[in-house]
Amino acid sequence: MAPADARLALETVRLTALFQRRAVVKDVSLLFPTHTVTAVIGPSGCGKSTFLRCLNRMHELSEGGWVTGRVLLDGADIYESNVDPVHLRRRIGMVFQRPTPFPTLSIHDNVAAGLKVNGHRSRSDVAAVVERALRQAALWDEVKDRLHSSALALSGGQQQRLCIARALAPAPDLLLLDEPTASLDPAGTQRIEELCHELKRNYTIVIVTHNLQQAARVSDYTAFFYLGDLIEVGRTQELFTKPKVERTEAYLTGRFG
Amino acid sequence: MNARRVRRRVASGVMTGLVALLSLTAVLALVLILGDLVAKGAASLDWDFFTKNPVPAGDTGGGVANAIVGTGIIVGLAALIGLPVGIGTGLFLAEYGGGRLGWLVRFVADVLNGTPSIVIGIFAWTWLVKPMGHFSALAGGAALAVLMIPMIARTTEEMVRLVPHSLREAALALGYPHWRASLRIVARTALGGIVTGCLVAVARVAGETAPLLFTALGNLNFTTSIAQPMQTLSLQVYVYATGPFDEWHRLAWAAALVLMGLVLLLSIIARWVTRQRYGAR
Amino acid sequence: MTTVPIGPVDAAAAPAAAPARTLRLGGGTNRADRLYRAALTTLALMLPALLLALLVELVTNALPALQRFGPSFLWTSVWDPVAGVFGAAPMIFGTLASSALALLVAVPLALGTAIFLTEFAPGWVRRPIALLVELLAAIPSVVYGLWGIFVLIPFLRGHVVPPLKAVLGWTPFFQGVFYGNSLLAGGLILAIMVVPYIAAVAREVLQAVPASQREAALGMGATRWEAVWTAVVPYGRAGLIGAVILGLGRALGETMAVTMLIGNRHDIGFSVFQPAYTMAAAIANEFSEATTDLYLSALFEVGLVLFVITVVVNALARLLIWRVARGTAAGSRAL
Repeated sequence: MAPADARLALETVRLTALFQRRAVVKDVSLLFPTHTVTAVIGPSGCGKSTFLRCLNRMHELSEGGWVTGRVLLDGADIYESNVDPVHLRRRIGMVFQRPTPFPTLSIHDNVAAGLKVNGHRSRSDVAAVVERALRQAALWDEVKDRLHSSALALSGGQQQRLCIARALAPAPDLLLLDEPTASLDPAGTQRIEELCHELKRNYTIVIVTHNLQQAARVSDYTAFFYLGDLIEVGRTQELFTKPKVERTEAYLTGRFG
Repeated sequence: MNARRVRRRVASGVMTGLVALLSLTAVLALVLILGDLVAKGAASLDWDFFTKNPVPAGDTGGGVANAIVGTGIIVGLAALIGLPVGIGTGLFLAEYGGGRLGWLVRFVADVLNGTPSIVIGIFAWTWLVKPMGHFSALAGGAALAVLMIPMIARTTEEMVRLVPHSLREAALALGYPHWRASLRIVARTALGGIVTGCLVAVARVAGETAPLLFTALGNLNFTTSIAQPMQTLSLQVYVYATGPFDEWHRLAWAAALVLMGLVLLLSIIARWVTRQRYGAR
Repeated sequence: MTTVPIGPVDAAAAPAAAPARTLRLGGGTNRADRLYRAALTTLALMLPALLLALLVELVTNALPALQRFGPSFLWTSVWDPVAGVFGAAPMIFGTLASSALALLVAVPLALGTAIFLTEFAPGWVRRPIALLVELLAAIPSVVYGLWGIFVLIPFLRGHVVPPLKAVLGWTPFFQGVFYGNSLLAGGLILAIMVVPYIAAVAREVLQAVPASQREAALGMGATRWEAVWTAVVPYGRAGLIGAVILGLGRALGETMAVTMLIGNRHDIGFSVFQPAYTMAAAIANEFSEATTDLYLSALFEVGLVLFVITVVVNALARLLIWRVARGTAAGSRAL
């Protein structure tokens, strides 16, 4: 629970995301306090993944993608013209729906992949960072004896935790998770949910999920999107037990979506 | 009614047998050719054959050392020129090839892929032999490179396109600039396939003769100078096979066997590399 | 810091919004990205440049002959370097005739192989046979020529020509003495050489035919062969024709094996036992002998004609194949 005067890690101000002329995220203003987990829920096609990709300027890499509005990271607008999106993305970690380990790299090199673009370090420094990241991702014990073997030898759940470690290694300000357990089995899903609880001590997390129970288990705050609009946002406990908007309640009780 | 069905069944069986027979005939041709290569060429493969140069016409003995080295040098030159241009073109087509320039490059690659190699040979002659006033291994290598580039460009493009988009996205999300994601992640993932394509192209040009007829020309002596005419195994086979001496014919079979062996070796390595890609590392 | 209400922020309470953000398309505007793109583009531009240079050189070098002989070059049969008269008709005839003969033999072999491999062969048979047929494409042209001279021609002379003469000697195609080096030998070696290309593309085309076609026919009571012949093959007809035309394209440009086997004589004759000539073989044979500029120019014109014919044929083949096996590996690999 964030104290009344919590710092904001991220804030979107009237963020609208479009593909050519079609707006898929409409006029969303949201606050993300530091060291919290915010879940973004909603039915398929409601714009939640697109919203997430606006936060690290990945949306503009899609064909015809552009935004209006502002996204403030530590108070500074990331869409300012003097901001290099490449540098920005180094400060934000992202994990995708399907695990995407780099197939030609070892486990160690996968985790270290984000470090090379973040400045030179000595080999021992890199090894230390890799270990820290793997521990944070609760994967260290399982791979510490085979750091230099192929990343593809890991199971799906392990690969996803590897991707989380890879995202954590550069010590980002923010961690964006786009349906990270969608392709995992229940055991793998549970590991990652536990991970979120631990990670929020050090990181601010935004997690997109279509799994309502997951949102309820994992997050402090929840934002409900529908067809590109932000319908309701609030503390997860309150939103799930006493939603203020009728549509939210309809979604939560499974009447659609 | 039953008789008709039986007839149809029999016809089906006969046709099945026929297509099987046709396939076996095709295979038979291969077996015969390879078999003859070994039967007629293997006996001549001795130490002298690999280490000596050709002897004067009509004499017996001698070897194809100059041709083996020449093949290596000329094919090496072709690869030196052809690999970077071919792979670079392939990368261009995969990364930026969606527009009109990409369409043009692809079209040109297909046209060049279908161009007879003799035509490429006389083109190389006009650019690299006529102005220089003499034949050279360099001209031969360049002609072979022109053959290789469109092949490698297309296979490279194909292999890079096979890399899932999600890998590139993951790299970009880590803060990789576009060029780095393209090279160090995407191209690297496709590397096995790219290498296979290169090896296949090299195997193809190693056996070529027509483009070398008027560029490298051939040389009965041993030379490693790329500004001089040079012999290759393929040229050697041509000269010996069409010559009047039985001795030459014997050597032609042996040289053809060695050439075939080289081509097969490269093809096998190419297949092995492909298999490695899908292994653990 | 002000308190943090968690809820949609009231627009009025938000700090004065910056002017609406404008288009922010595409990533990577930094210098390294631009350099990368420029480098790749430069490399890629070499291909069109090469093709342009090729065309320019062919045309300029052929120009003297083009101007001297005009279109009659294509139908004149006289090829007299001493008198300076050049006509390519025998070569063009020989190219077409040898390719036609090659296709006559190769198409049943290749299509039969393709049908067998995709529709009938069990896995343990398919893989080795497919591999062996593919290997035919790896044999260098000059090796085919060598084998043709010392194995095929004696075989023809001993075991094929006598029966052919006996049975079909009354037709114009099998008249006269068998010289060894002949249209027959050239055509047959070409047939073996193009089989793997036609077969490879035909296989891809047949594999692209939806299984439902075959299953529908089988469901209606067709025998296995009938299902293939009446349902699968017609569906892929365009692509199969494309495969054959692709084989034609390859046959047209083959040089070494042909020049070693076809006899290299400027002659138009209908008997396959006679020596003949192709455009590619003529260039290979006579380019270094060309003593006069006109002679050389005539050979360049032959090269130009050959180039144009093969480009057109290959383009046609690709169009047909693309229609059926949309942009699969068939197109790029087969070429």
